Amino acid sequence: MSDTPFIARGFHAKRANAAPNRLPPGQYETRDFPVLSAGPTPHTPLSKWDFTILDSSGTSLRWTWDELQALPHDTPTVDIHCVTKWSKFDTRWEGISVDTLFDAARAKGMADGAFIVAFCDGGYTTNLPFSDVTGGKAWVAFGYDGAPLPPEHGGPARLLVPHLYFWKSAKWVRGLRILQRDAPGFWEQLGYHDRGDPWREQRYQGDP
Amino acid sequence: MSSGIRATPEVTLERAAAPTRLEWRVATVVSVRAETRHARTLVLDVPQWPGHRAGQHVDVRLVAEDGYQAQRSYSIASAPESPTLELTIERLEDGEVSPYLCDVLQPGDGVELRGPIGGYFVWEVTLAGPLLLVAGGSGIVPLMSMLRHRALAADASRARSPVRLLYSARTADDLIYASELARLGSAPDVRIEYTLTRSAPADWTGYNRRIDRPLLEEVAWPASEGTRAFVCGPTPLVEQVANLLVEFGYDPLRVRTERFGPTGS
Amino acid sequence: MQTEEMRLDGNAAAGLLRELFVRDMTSAMATCRGCGNVGPVGALLEYGHQMGIVLRCPTCEGVVLRLVHAADALRLDPSGMALLTLTDGTPVS
Ligand SMILES: Cc1cc2nc3c(=O)[nH]c(=O)nc-3n(C[C@H](O)[C@H](O)[C@H](O)COP(=O)(O)OP(=O)(O)OC[C@H]3O[C@@H](n4cnc5c(N)ncnc54)[C@H](O)[C@@H]3O)c2cc1C
Ligand SMILES: [Zn+2]
Repeated sequence: MSDTPFIARGFHAKRANAAPNRLPPGQYETRDFPVLSAGPTPHTPLSKWDFTILDSSGTSLRWTWDELQALPHDTPTVDIHCVTKWSKFDTRWEGISVDTLFDAARAKGMADGAFIVAFCDGGYTTNLPFSDVTGGKAWVAFGYDGAPLPPEHGGPARLLVPHLYFWKSAKWVRGLRILQRDAPGFWEQLGYHDRGDPWREQRYQGDP
Repeated sequence: MSSGIRATPEVTLERAAAPTRLEWRVATVVSVRAETRHARTLVLDVPQWPGHRAGQHVDVRLVAEDGYQAQRSYSIASAPESPTLELTIERLEDGEVSPYLCDVLQPGDGVELRGPIGGYFVWEVTLAGPLLLVAGGSGIVPLMSMLRHRALAADASRARSPVRLLYSARTADDLIYASELARLGSAPDVRIEYTLTRSAPADWTGYNRRIDRPLLEEVAWPASEGTRAFVCGPTPLVEQVANLLVEFGYDPLRVRTERFGPTGS
Repeated sequence: MQTEEMRLDGNAAAGLLRELFVRDMTSAMATCRGCGNVGPVGALLEYGHQMGIVLRCPTCEGVVLRLVHAADALRLDPSGMALLTLTDGTPVS
């Protein structure tokens, strides 16, 4: 691990010419939409699909697919940044603001927390600070580029938290668990950062 | 051990040597050879190369000036008996690493690699018994190492491992090692069948469709205890063929796969 | 592209595993904690990318091994594996 790598003459990342101030440090712009996944693509039929918010007291609130669709839609256009160093600009999404879901939870007497863990079909999890999914910064997204979100990109629905590294935008999301104490998710257990701010290059545990 | 790979006495002695740390080494490109319009072979000189077994691969690491890195695996094409190490790379137009290895790298250049790697997808001529090889596209590469290794073995061991190869490619022009395979296939105990998944020339006598059950049934050895199969290429092809072979009654532990991932074909 | 088309064999992780284990691990037999299936590490299903590698059971698709090469540390989570068996017949390289 300490060996100095040999520079491959004439090799460079495939990249577009990005406006530098739009790219977090160490990132390259890509026009592709790479598929990254830690497991097979789940195919949960919409009739069986639901979305659940759970708080630490055990109270929960659940939406079926149709109930979720009936909530007000947002259409954010955002830049996304993957920890594997690609960034993609102006991605167009459609989804429900996480604020809308939490407002409904609060109305049911559910308590806010300090952290959340997103849980997904296929067993993936990721943890985020509560404040990073509230205040208009996060969505449960089911549309991408004017069409239903394709399964390989997390459809029917994924979390979208564009201001953090993209592994936080959990694919195939089925719910959020509100926590008082942080609990590392799938990659976080293996050393990835609990917050993951690309502008501060919070890739691994211990990064500032 | 039940995995099927059992060392012969001589080989055990050799392997009893203390295992060493796997190091990154800078190999030098000695020469390059165009194989098809889309594939080329790199002939490499690797300092202190410890030798390999047929079917193994290397990891290639490319580091850009600015520190950007990409790493991919490439199977070894040359026979263990060969003095140089050969890799054959198929260029994926939109790929990151294969266009570099196919177009940019020139004789005299260095390229960083580590290996040999992988004890699972390995065949040695001492493993007597019928051998079935199934390749899709560049999946022929590690199987070629096996065929070359077998061709260099003594007549008696060869006779104990008759081989059938089924090789699927897009078009006749995409067949890698075509002339060498034609030569190898003229031996009485080697049967090679080709299938083209796209257009075929007018005088084509091979198959002209994707590998399906009847095709594989025609080419594969009937299931028997001693038969070993090695299946390599794009992931969907490998999975389909391996599943069919197990349905035919092949011992799942003797159906070895090497998925290359989404290699575009 | 579906993620299944991108998966590899555990054999493809042999290089990374050799950063941790001196011997080749792909012929070692792994027992899945989820379903009890026993098979070579080389025959597990590898889902991997630059973040890390996940080796799953070919029978139940449960996670058997996870490996991350992060900054200055190499981490292996073996909690999906009930047992790892190497025999004298397991080649060293
Ligand atoms: C053990 C092993 C041995 C191998 N041996 C050989 C060999 O001998 N010869 C050989 O030619 N190849 C071999 N391969 C394949 C090789 O490792 C590379 O995968 C191949 O060269 C393509 O790499 P690339 O960087 O050019 O393409 P990549 O940039 O990896 O792209 C490959 C293709 O997949 C698509 N793609 C890639 N990543 C994504 C993503 N995240 N989302 C969506 N699409 C994506 C790309 O668009 C492209 O079509 C082997 C693979 C393994 C695992
Ligand atoms: Zn299992």
